[in-house]
Amino acid sequence: MTVTTDRDDRAGAFRRARRRDARRAFALAVPLLAFLLITFIAPIVMLLMRGVQNPELSRAMPVLSASIGAWDGTGLPDETIAAAFAADLPGAQESGSLGPLARRLNFYLPEFRSLLMKTARRLPPAADDWRAALAAIDERWATPEPWRVLQRAAINPTPDYLLAAMDAKVGPEGGVTAAPADESVYVDAFGRTFWISAVVTFLCLVFGYPVAWLLANLPPKQADRLMILVIVPFWTSLLVRTTAWYVLLQPGGVINSLLIWTGLTTEPLPLVFNRTGVLIGMTHILLPFMILAIYSVMKGISPTYMRAALSLGAHPVVAFLRIYLPQTLPGVGAGCFLVFVLALGYYITPALLGGAGDEMISQLIAIQTNQQLNWGLAGALSAYLVLFTLVFYFIFNKLVGVDRLRFG
Amino acid sequence: MPNVTLTEKIAARAARWFAALVIIFLMAPILVIIPLSFNSGSYFSYPMEGFSLRWYEAVFSAGDWRLAFGNSLVIGIASTLLSTVLGTLAALGLSRPEFPFRAVIMPLLISPMIIPIVVVAVGLYLVFAPLGLIDNYLGVILAHTALGTPFVVITVTATLLSFDRSLTRAAASLGANPWTVFRRVTLPLITPGVATGSIFAFATSFDEVIVILFIGGAEQRTVPRQMWNGIRDRIDPSILAVATLLIVFAIALFITLNRLRARAERT
Repeated sequence: MTVTTDRDDRAGAFRRARRRDARRAFALAVPLLAFLLITFIAPIVMLLMRGVQNPELSRAMPVLSASIGAWDGTGLPDETIAAAFAADLPGAQESGSLGPLARRLNFYLPEFRSLLMKTARRLPPAADDWRAALAAIDERWATPEPWRVLQRAAINPTPDYLLAAMDAKVGPEGGVTAAPADESVYVDAFGRTFWISAVVTFLCLVFGYPVAWLLANLPPKQADRLMILVIVPFWTSLLVRTTAWYVLLQPGGVINSLLIWTGLTTEPLPLVFNRTGVLIGMTHILLPFMILAIYSVMKGISPTYMRAALSLGAHPVVAFLRIYLPQTLPGVGAGCFLVFVLALGYYITPALLGGAGDEMISQLIAIQTNQQLNWGLAGALSAYLVLFTLVFYFIFNKLVGVDRLRFG
Repeated sequence: MPNVTLTEKIAARAARWFAALVIIFLMAPILVIIPLSFNSGSYFSYPMEGFSLRWYEAVFSAGDWRLAFGNSLVIGIASTLLSTVLGTLAALGLSRPEFPFRAVIMPLLISPMIIPIVVVAVGLYLVFAPLGLIDNYLGVILAHTALGTPFVVITVTATLLSFDRSLTRAAASLGANPWTVFRRVTLPLITPGVATGSIFAFATSFDEVIVILFIGGAEQRTVPRQMWNGIRDRIDPSILAVATLLIVFAIALFITLNRLRARAERT
């Protein structure tokens, strides 16, 4: 008996000591975790929450937002709902919450702002029939459409921004329908973002693989010199490199002058403010990531396998494809994932080197916040972008492991 | 090598030529704009009209460029110090075998490098606005610190992987307290890794423009922010002078890094 208790005690003491060590190790990471919680995680969560929050109507018109849900959406709403709207309107104007509401409703229905402001200006102090009184101010109140918008605006949290970011909305009958073609820009923009990222990844792989191979197979002195030529651009500011391409690719820039001087072309080629400029700039900036990722795997590959295959009579092309290439795949995978994930979020380079029709999602998020002040849509677009990025990051971490990331 | 066939020779030759073209693609834009920054004319193309330092004079005499360089240094150094301390502490914990939930915490700490910066910048605006950290140095420094920490975490963790833990145990068994062990044994051995990480963190802050665009004001204008303005509004060759200065700076950082690495390999 005593022996087992003794062993139990020791096992318990051991477990306690382990837990204490784990706590101590974890405590070292707590300051950084707490710091990132405030400066990194909270901001992202706040923005993503904006994608579903819909507080404007309930803030500006509490009575209406509580009652309009009862309307079945056909014909015109009851007199009580119209009266609630009329009762809330002066208060909203006084408290200053009408402006945000008008902006919010304008996202649903263009010109709702002017309708709301006009109604607020001309609203009589009292009326027997509010529906008739409102219709007298503007005949649109005699149609169900503005009321449906108010009903959508009363739903909080709302799926509307997340739907809008996928070019969809809730139709009059309640089902999800596609947005009108002239408003459908976001699915295309996500597709374009994926396409540009994929093409850049492919270009980086094609350009990067031979360079990585040379770096891994040259004599050390030459390899060191070559490495400098890869690393110096890598270390050069992104803005500097984008500026350089901006200057080089202009119609009157270095490359076009050279092409005209050599007689290869008579007219300047359109190399910038279009897709070509975006692809050149982004490939240039992301290429070193690919080279370094592949190189770090290639330098660990022993040359004896290739020699063995060749001495056994394999054709060099076959030996390369069947022996060497498979061994480099971890590096290829790491490089491709890294370049693709980084490319998904690009903003500066496409903004400076691209033209109309080359906007990537990051640019549209910036436009929604800076110009449209539509934080909800910015939040919804961000939600999808973060989701897609995390999916690829998760796969990257599973296949390669974030511990394997190296720079320079 | 034995067995060098003709195909192999041709393949190796082709790879070399192709790699040479790629290297030209990587280096040429940088090399081409350096001479243009000494152009006496204001065109962005060759042939140059003559040699002149007028664009450098323009940069050094312009108040907003001087402010931008000062801001970049202050914000860069402050955020680097913070991210180095936070990142090194976390790496010391992470590299211990008994660290719990490592498979979750590590990707989380690296994610500031991966998440699109626009999302972080817009979100920071939402969080910092009510705290009065918009158009404010502290706000920008805190944001840049967050973006710099993954580099410190990665490099210091990598250094600690090759760290011989029997050294700290020996020191402890000889009676040193944990702080002394850290200061006299651990810190000197991981210093090259810490320094490398902090150079990456500094370069990240020094090159960052999107966060500044969203949460920085005119007073916090940094060099990349000023370049962004320059390209968007009124591009003139003084931007090439700044670019040249930054290229020289990048090369200096690279050389520093290489020295550190050589030192780390000796120890």
